[in-house]
Amino acid sequence: MGAVESLLAGFGARVIATLAAIGRISIFAVRALLQLITPPFYGREIFNAFLSVGYYSLPVVGLTALFTGGALALQIYSGGARFNAEAVVPQIVAIGMVRELGPVLVGLMIAARVTSSIAAEIATMKVTEQIDALVTLSTKPMAYLVAPRVLAGLVMVPLLVGIGDIIGIMGGYLVGTGRLGFSETAYLSNTVDFLEMRDIVSSLAKGCAFGFIATLMGCYYGMGAGRGAQGVGRATKTSVVAAAVLILAANYVLTEAFFSA
Amino acid sequence: MIRLEDVHKSFGKKPVLRGVSLTVEKGSSTVIIGGSGTGKSVTLKCVLGLIQPDSGRIFVDGAQAKGGDRTEFLSRFGMLFQGAALFDSLPVWQNVAFRLLRGPDALPRPQARDKAIEKLARVGLGPEVADLFPAELSGGMQKRVGLARAIAADPEIIFFDEPTTGLDPIMAGVINDLIREIVTEMGATTMTITHDMSSVRAIADRVAMLHDGIIRWEGDIREMDTTSDAYVQQFIHGRAEGPIAAVR
Repeated sequence: MGAVESLLAGFGARVIATLAAIGRISIFAVRALLQLITPPFYGREIFNAFLSVGYYSLPVVGLTALFTGGALALQIYSGGARFNAEAVVPQIVAIGMVRELGPVLVGLMIAARVTSSIAAEIATMKVTEQIDALVTLSTKPMAYLVAPRVLAGLVMVPLLVGIGDIIGIMGGYLVGTGRLGFSETAYLSNTVDFLEMRDIVSSLAKGCAFGFIATLMGCYYGMGAGRGAQGVGRATKTSVVAAAVLILAANYVLTEAFFSA
Repeated sequence: MIRLEDVHKSFGKKPVLRGVSLTVEKGSSTVIIGGSGTGKSVTLKCVLGLIQPDSGRIFVDGAQAKGGDRTEFLSRFGMLFQGAALFDSLPVWQNVAFRLLRGPDALPRPQARDKAIEKLARVGLGPEVADLFPAELSGGMQKRVGLARAIAADPEIIFFDEPTTGLDPIMAGVINDLIREIVTEMGATTMTITHDMSSVRAIADRVAMLHDGIIRWEGDIREMDTTSDAYVQQFIHGRAEGPIAAVR
């Protein structure tokens, strides 16, 4: 085989492998969604997943949003000063946090904290035969491990995004009123008046999508982990990278869907 | 009774099972011996449906193992895994009572806990172990908890995957004795895979040797030492010289 054929064959093999991976992930996603509405439901597992994905992510989400909102206010103020537009800080912080930065940063933080933890936990269960043990104990791994985590992603991440949006705006408010000389009431009223329902709905819808992606990737790569510590490490790394890339891609698609007109 | 008929399984291009045929009589204890990587665990996992064979048929009490109600099918089995495979996130008693707490015949938690403590006592562990987590236990204790979980729902069929691997000789002896006692008193059908010859002698009624993807020899435990099969003789005496190639 010549060099060109070899190159083409290698490229073709990669395309086929990528398409196969997309197909496997799609089938896994459909099975996970169907499992959400199919008994049995494991209440304790669902509660634990809600705690792990939602409650325990609050500090990292809050801190990220707070500092980002503050930094955003400073940037808009200094950037806006170039064309005498310093006064738009409250509006731009609000729209920037709610439409983009809130959902994306929360999504990426969840990918870092939750996706990695889910993938590592399930992958470890896989390599230590705990998943086989589940099956022999008449328990479906999709119902016991995957569905509670995906449900937690779908429900808790939009809530985290909502909280992140509020804290981010508060970060901007603290910097705007404390450092940049904005009036407290004017800052808040400008923020509230400027935001539309569409902004908030898009933010929560993005949270829902990103929560689904983050938890699904953790479960998918965890369940498919190879052998040994290397298998666990690879599953964890790949799941976080895949979740982050898919979240950013989904963000673009959803932004087009909500705001392209 | 468990019957495997001409079961084949390959992983990629590597054939692991190349026509395994084996019958395990009801109420008997059959031990499968063989070197590492000869497909002993794969054979057990094929019976349980954890791995789908490429071809061949597997029957449990006359009914084909694949298809049908999997929950109902698996409820007849208990399994002790090589590394115990305890659930890290659950305390010991919930590991033991895992099956008892779930499904249509689930017991109330206090009752399931009592039953778990009873099974822990059966494997020589006190109630103080019940609320510990698996990571707080030694390897031998984990194996015992795994054994308690395997017998918790009084299954008809129990599989033991390398029950003494990684244990010191005394603890291995304790586990072997426990398995023999439990099997005798429960009257369960058991399949054990091991390459520990002291386990074989303590547990087995019948022995089957798996080599190169087929059952090379099968017979009563009393015939094992006197068989003229060169493979079995090399294996049970741990000789480097013989028909089984040793990788040096």
